[in-house]
This record gives sequence, C-alpha cells and structure tokens, in this order.
Amino acid sequence: MAVKTIKVDYLARVEGEGALKVVIRDGAVESAELRIFEPPRFFEAFLRGRDYSEAPDIVARICGICPVAYQMSAVQAIENALGVAVTGPLRDLRRLLYCGEWIESHTLHIYMLHAPDFLGYEGAIELARDHPEIVRRGLALKKAGNAIMSLVGGREIHPINVRVGGFYRTPRRRELQPLAEQLKWARDAALETVRWVAGFDFPERERDYEFVALRHESDYPIDEGRIASSCGLDIAPRQFEEYFEEAQVEHSTALHARRRGGGPYLVGPLARYSLNFDRLSPLAQAAAREAGLGPVCANPYRSIAVRAVEVVYACDEALRLIDAYEEPERPAVAAQPRAGVGHGATEAPRGLLYHRYRLEADGAIAEARIVPPTSQNQASIEEDLRRFIGGWLDLPDEALRHRCEQTVRNHDPCISCATHFLQLEIDHAR
Amino acid sequence: MPDSVTGRRRRWIVLGIGNPDRGDDAAGRAVVRLLRGAPPDGVEIVEQDGEATALLAQLDGAAAAFVVDACASGAPAGAVQRFDVGRGPLPRAAFGLSTHGFGLAEAIELARALGQLPQKCVVYAIEGGRFEAGAPLSPPVAAAVVALAEQLRAEIGADARPGEEQHA
Repeated sequence: MAVKTIKVDYLARVEGEGALKVVIRDGAVESAELRIFEPPRFFEAFLRGRDYSEAPDIVARICGICPVAYQMSAVQAIENALGVAVTGPLRDLRRLLYCGEWIESHTLHIYMLHAPDFLGYEGAIELARDHPEIVRRGLALKKAGNAIMSLVGGREIHPINVRVGGFYRTPRRRELQPLAEQLKWARDAALETVRWVAGFDFPERERDYEFVALRHESDYPIDEGRIASSCGLDIAPRQFEEYFEEAQVEHSTALHARRRGGGPYLVGPLARYSLNFDRLSPLAQAAAREAGLGPVCANPYRSIAVRAVEVVYACDEALRLIDAYEEPERPAVAAQPRAGVGHGATEAPRGLLYHRYRLEADGAIAEARIVPPTSQNQASIEEDLRRFIGGWLDLPDEALRHRCEQTVRNHDPCISCATHFLQLEIDHAR
Repeated sequence: MPDSVTGRRRRWIVLGIGNPDRGDDAAGRAVVRLLRGAPPDGVEIVEQDGEATALLAQLDGAAAAFVVDACASGAPAGAVQRFDVGRGPLPRAAFGLSTHGFGLAEAIELARALGQLPQKCVVYAIEGGRFEAGAPLSPPVAAAVVALAEQLRAEIGADARPGEEQHA
C-alpha cells in the first residue's frame, strides 16, 4: 500500500490564508481538504447591537479586495427590512461602483495570481521580468477599476461613501467624464486580456456543476436579481436559507454550504456566465466567442477567460452607466428605523454573497447573517481536486502539487484578510 | 492612457505603510504623520495600507522613495533596520505580513522587474511587538517612531534638495 500526502501549508496566490491536504492511496485520490479561516463569522457578532446605518462601513472591513460586495449586499438587505427602494440614478451609481470592484478584483486575479500558473512562472514578479509590458497593462487596467472606486466610493479601498438609501455624496456629470476616457482605454485593454488568456493551454477537465447565480430580468447580474441554478431553481433572495444550508466540517473553520437535500454547488464567474450569457453586452459576447467559449463553461481551468470576459463587460457597462447618468435630486432615499427582517444578495467577484439582518424598532441590528462565496464554493473546490487530480498522479511531486494549487486558484478563493506566509511542503508516507 | 503607463513627473516621497488599528503595525504611518506636521521641502508624504499594486503605483515615477513599515523579524520590539533596496531585495520573511500575500517585498521586486524602482529607494523597518486589533503602539515602538522621524528628516535634508537633479 502506498500513501502519498500532498500538503500545502500556506497556499500562495490566493486571497488570505489557507492550506491544502491531498491524500493519495494506491494510485487514487483518497481525500482532498481545503482548510480555511473565515473572518465574516466574527463580523456577524460585531454587527449585533450597532445601528443599521453603521453596517456599510463595518462590513466593508471584511475584505480589502471586495468591500463593495459586502456593502451592497448589506444595504440591500437593510433597505429590504426598512421597506426602502433604491432605483434610477442611485441604483446605477451603485452598479457603477460595483463594476469598479469587478475590474479591480478580476484583473488582480487574472494577472497577478492566476496567469503565472498557465505560463510556468512562480508568480507575477517572474512573469514581469519576461513580459513587463503585459504586467503593466494589467496594472493599468486594475487602476481603471480603482479610479471608479475613488470617485464613486470616496476612496480605493474600503469605500466610505456608501450608505443605506444611497450615498453621502453623488458625483456631478462632469466629474465622470475623465473616468469615461480611462474606461475606454481599459475596455480595449480588457479585450486584449481576453485574447491573451484565450491562448493559454487549458487542461480538458469539466464537471457537471450545479451553477448558482443571480438572474435579473434584463441585466447581467451584479447588484440584484433572483437566485437561479442550472438545476431549475428560481427563488427570491429572502428564500435563500430555505434552499441552502451550511454545515460544520472537521478540517476547516469555515462552514461548507450545500443545497438542502442536495450536494455542493458552484458560485462565481463560471456560474454567472453560464446562467446569464444572454445578458452580456454584445461586445462581451463577441469577446467570449472569439476566445472559444460557448454560452456555458464547465471547465474551471477556463475561468480565467470567463473572468476576462467579465472585465470587458464591466468596462462596457460602466461606460453605458456613465453615458446615461443623470444627477439625482438627492444623494439618498430617506429611511426610517422599524423592526423587521431583510435579505440581500449580490454578485461579489467570487460569486453570490447573501446577507440577512434582523432590526429592532430603534434601528439596532439584532442579528446578522453573512454567507460569503468562498464558503459556498469550498466543497466544490475539494470535489474538483478529487475528480481532476487523479489524471495527473504520474507527474513529479512538484508538478502535481502545482496542479493542486492551480485547481484551487481556478475559483479565486478569498480565504481571509489575515496574515499570510508562504511555505510549501510535501510529505511522503509509505 | 493612465499615468502609471506614461510616467509622472519625477518626485520624492516618504511612504508610511501599515494598518492604523493593529498595534505596532501602525509604526510606519506614525512616523510619516510626525513628518507631515512640517514636511521636508518638496517631499510628498503618503500613507498606505500595504497593498502591493497601490504601493507600486506610488513608487512609479518617483526619483527617491523612503518607505517606513513595521516588520516581524525576531528582533526586539522597537529595533530599526535600514535596507537600501536599490542594492538588493528585502528579506521577504520579515515583510510577509501583508493582507493578501502580496505586500511591500513583492511590490519592490515587481517595481524592479518593471524598471519602475526609484533610483534611490530606502526601506526602514521598525520591529513590532504586538499587532492586536485596536491596540496602541507599544512603548518601545512609540519611542522608535519619534527617533526615526528625526533620523529620516536629517537623511532627507542631507541629500541634495528634491528637485535638484540626482540621477545624472
């Protein structure tokens, strides 16, 4: 009997701190465990007793990469509890802000974290030594996302301009014009990015995932929609907990999510894209086709191409929103505290992000529940490892370990915003 | 095209890095806040949280950069180390405390690979003792912050004035 254990004590090129353990026994993958820490659980406790108006600034601190996602799911849920509807230019501005986050987050993952896997580099620094012009393009593209965050959100990281009911200050039309010029350049750079990643060598691996993502009556899902799945689910965000549950697993501090009475499911770019190809702009659809993607993509190694298509869409959509923008009369819709429960679901760059809040009559938060995309995907990531790695067991240890890491990085897990050290180790047990 | 691609006017910066709410991690920002009161002539004072691409954007186009950060190398709290990163990379193990596995050491190497490292680039590292959320600076680090601010002011003043050609 031969047992081989692949351990990656600290995963590199993922957001935050995580570890990986794959056990191979007699030539077959016996188990695969992704160990993660999940800070949002603490935030649920921090929120208790605070006024609802503080929630956007508190939840923004959950993640330095996707603070807008946390803010948007929070304000949507609280507005739902208060009976407030945010529409028209205020909704458009929120969507614009969210586009900035998608551009920033996806571009970071594509260029700095994921592309080195396909090109045989240790990381972005080594990639930059050989291809400085490509890395410069990625950094400039990411900067276009930062520019949206600064202008609409008030600053690049942890935006301060978001409030329940809208914003503290809304931009003037003329302020958005320089942004449009930068975004036109970014849209071209995003199209070049799609062509660049489309040329990578992708392992031919597919899975019959249950995709779960928002679906909106007219828009590609970012800031709102119903929750849909490739198995026919179609529910309102308030029904999320009736259909999905989280369970404790021994090897991880994060909860594993699954469909009630069902199994693991996948959220994120592959799910969004495969359920909403028809909602992409014509330019983004054409870019996808040029990259060899069909209307459904079930090969997680191609997620880098799907992310690149979503960056094209985010630039395109941001330009559309800026062009159509009319300055709102007031920066926010007035809201009055009342007792109630509200639900919110938006599409973080990594996938569906669900929030629920129960408010007291005076507006204090009595209870908060946050279900982030990475905890929803954790079981699917482990299943990917179990299914895909078996075909690569003949590879040398180093190459096999790299395949394991790449398989995790396909889903851009945002493991935590914690301290991170890089340390790799393989153990043999025979 | 964005200015990170086209380059900006050449300038001098002092960059303080850290999380202001995590104990001694705030050391770098505390140093530059002391300088901000009466900044050396023509020198830009910048505070950042340490995200690599934002750091890179600050280094881009600078003729000289003085970076101050907290570190955890095993030395006593408050110990200060000086690294001339123009001569070689930072020891990554001591600067691994970034939020996303992509921090100061990586930003500097990325800048070097892209030809964007300022001609003069010095990193001062203050050894931290505690990094708990909400904690103030520990006494030895608070003392080191004051001393380093003065040392930095002297070092910048001793160099040719910003704006004078440094890189013939």
